[in-house]
Amino acid sequence: MSSKKRLLNYALAINEALSQSMAADDSVFLIGQGLKSPWYVGQTCTGLLKDFGEQRIMDTPVSENAVTGAAVGASIAGMKGIVVHPRVDFMLYGLDPVINQAANWYYMNGGKASVPVVIWGIINRGGEQGAQHSQAIHSLFAHIPGLKVVMPATPYDAKGLMAAAINDPDPVVFMDDRWLYGIEDYVPEELYEVEIGRAAVSRKGDNITIVASSYVAYEAMRAADQLKKEGINVEVVDLRTIKPLDKNTILQSAAKTGKLLVVDGGWQSFGVSAEIAALAAEHIFSDLDMPVKRLALPDIPAPASQHLEKGYYIHCDTIKSVVLEMLD
Amino acid sequence: MKYEKSFLLSLYRTMLTIRFSEESFIAPLLDGTVRCPVHLTSGEEAIAAGISALLTPEDKVFGNHRSHGHFLAKGGSVAGLIGEVFCKEAGCSHGRGGSMHLIAPEVGFLGAAPIVAGTISLAMGAALAHKIQGSDAVAVTYFGDGAAGEGVLYEAMNFASIQNLPLIFVCENNFYATHMPIRETRKKDTIYESSLPFGIEAVREDGNDVLKVYEAARRAVELCRNGKGPFFLEFMTYRLRGHVGPDDNIQGNHTDIRPPDEVAEWRKKDPITRFRKYLLETDAVEQKDIDVIDLDVEKEVAAAHQLVRESDVPNVKELNSYVFKKTVA
Ligand SMILES: Cc1ncc(C[n+]2csc(CCOP(=O)(O)OP(=O)(O)O)c2C)c(N)n1
Ligand SMILES: [Mg+2]
Repeated sequence: MSSKKRLLNYALAINEALSQSMAADDSVFLIGQGLKSPWYVGQTCTGLLKDFGEQRIMDTPVSENAVTGAAVGASIAGMKGIVVHPRVDFMLYGLDPVINQAANWYYMNGGKASVPVVIWGIINRGGEQGAQHSQAIHSLFAHIPGLKVVMPATPYDAKGLMAAAINDPDPVVFMDDRWLYGIEDYVPEELYEVEIGRAAVSRKGDNITIVASSYVAYEAMRAADQLKKEGINVEVVDLRTIKPLDKNTILQSAAKTGKLLVVDGGWQSFGVSAEIAALAAEHIFSDLDMPVKRLALPDIPAPASQHLEKGYYIHCDTIKSVVLEMLD
Repeated sequence: MKYEKSFLLSLYRTMLTIRFSEESFIAPLLDGTVRCPVHLTSGEEAIAAGISALLTPEDKVFGNHRSHGHFLAKGGSVAGLIGEVFCKEAGCSHGRGGSMHLIAPEVGFLGAAPIVAGTISLAMGAALAHKIQGSDAVAVTYFGDGAAGEGVLYEAMNFASIQNLPLIFVCENNFYATHMPIRETRKKDTIYESSLPFGIEAVREDGNDVLKVYEAARRAVELCRNGKGPFFLEFMTYRLRGHVGPDDNIQGNHTDIRPPDEVAEWRKKDPITRFRKYLLETDAVEQKDIDVIDLDVEKEVAAAHQLVRESDVPNVKELNSYVFKKTVA
């Protein structure tokens, strides 16, 4: 039944995970402001309303706090809720049900009730949208005990991690990036899961290790492919899960190459890149032949002007030039 | 009710300035010279014009994602708006914010931001500041029907009410929040009534009639200036353009779900055409008065475009500017 050679884009891969998971399990439902409109969610929700009806696919008023709480509460009560926020910036109204409630519920109630909810936030930036329509706040969630955070970079992982997030018994923050939505790759037709907490070595190499996730992992893979033509072998570790981090995969690769560049699409200070650099310093300091290097967003709000955006966001070329500097 | 001719013409001028400024973005939006998300207020100009006619620079206004009109009516400069939409240094936010982040503190316009309902509590804070300072200035918060879905509106109504804050809640009800018609987001579409349990006086009025807006707001401002706020105004209106950009059905994903007849019906209620007709039919003004303003505003907008064309784009070396006022080295 499965054809290994079926191309699917990232957005439709998410769509397929949602659709197949809902077909497989009546307790799964999706709620969120904007899910009826491709302007908000791209192709990720195409056809769901038609297939599953308004009982399980609910577009909502602009009420992020209550709607997030609804997904969390329903999940405590036996459902598997998915709440979508078409921009992570909007979900800031809904942080209390995530950080105070869902993340702590299982622990503070002594394991009596877990919260199998998916908090799905879409990163949507660029295009001069400015500071309130551009943020990537995965590190903020990763800081919170009790939350798992996944950030797929490929269509394959997008489908598999969404499916895994839905079936995970704990709250999972699923973050995707509109910049990845059009990317196509081979995606199996059947429902499958990508294990939460496992990074992927998506390019093999022994000159240097790049650790990245989500959109910047995609850019890092492009950089690695281009550098390969110049005889430089970059190993790219795509985190896939931000929390819990797959320490072994990261550390093994960095210890092998002796050079570690951490790339993150969030701000540099106090974020994912700091965490990974700290891990390397703690565990493989003597295996590194140079200090860890970080490439992340500067500690600056997202600018509107395209001329400022160019200097702000990280692209393949930025990554390449940092790699070349490190190998110089 | 008798109004001075100059007053009537100033209302007309304000609305026209908003309309001409915004319509001047259509071509650059379609050809991609303007790139930032632009939420046009075309069709809704009467609300900001009518309210701002009652305000002084001491009064504070906060806007939202659709605030070109709020900004200009309060006295923000045409070049400041156009410059910001083009993300140039000449913009009121020096190209850092774009269309959704307009500001003119010198005239009491303290900012606009697109997080729905996000500035309601800020305007309430400005009203609180006025109260603490013993000033008779008022604060205005503009928000849409969609924003009435956010809990913060109700928290703010309660707090403003128990504190008797000089805060005017202005709900611009245009029947839609992006792709959602109001009937899908509320059981009762009378948003103003939700202020009543909080003990807040409220009025619903035709938002496409600038004099009706003015009269409704007059009472609200008077009460607020006399320590008897807050007040809730709901204005019924309609946007003649897309949610974002000129036309949602030409651009992007074809997401305008509004029935064409409905749009056509509202086109007939265009507040500017309507007011112009009223002014001429009642002999309040002459055609030549109108012509003078039309030409004047056209020139003002053209001059602003010229200034913006000559303005620099933000320099990437200054990416770090404005993060903090006092940067710690
Ligand atoms: C907190 C938050 N949620 C969602 C959005 C996306 N959004 C942008 S405009 C809008 C609709 C606003 O509708 P309304 O308040 O009626 O204003 P209108 O656009 O009609 O002027 C929404 C939901 C947002 N900007 N902020
Ligand atoms: Mg509206």
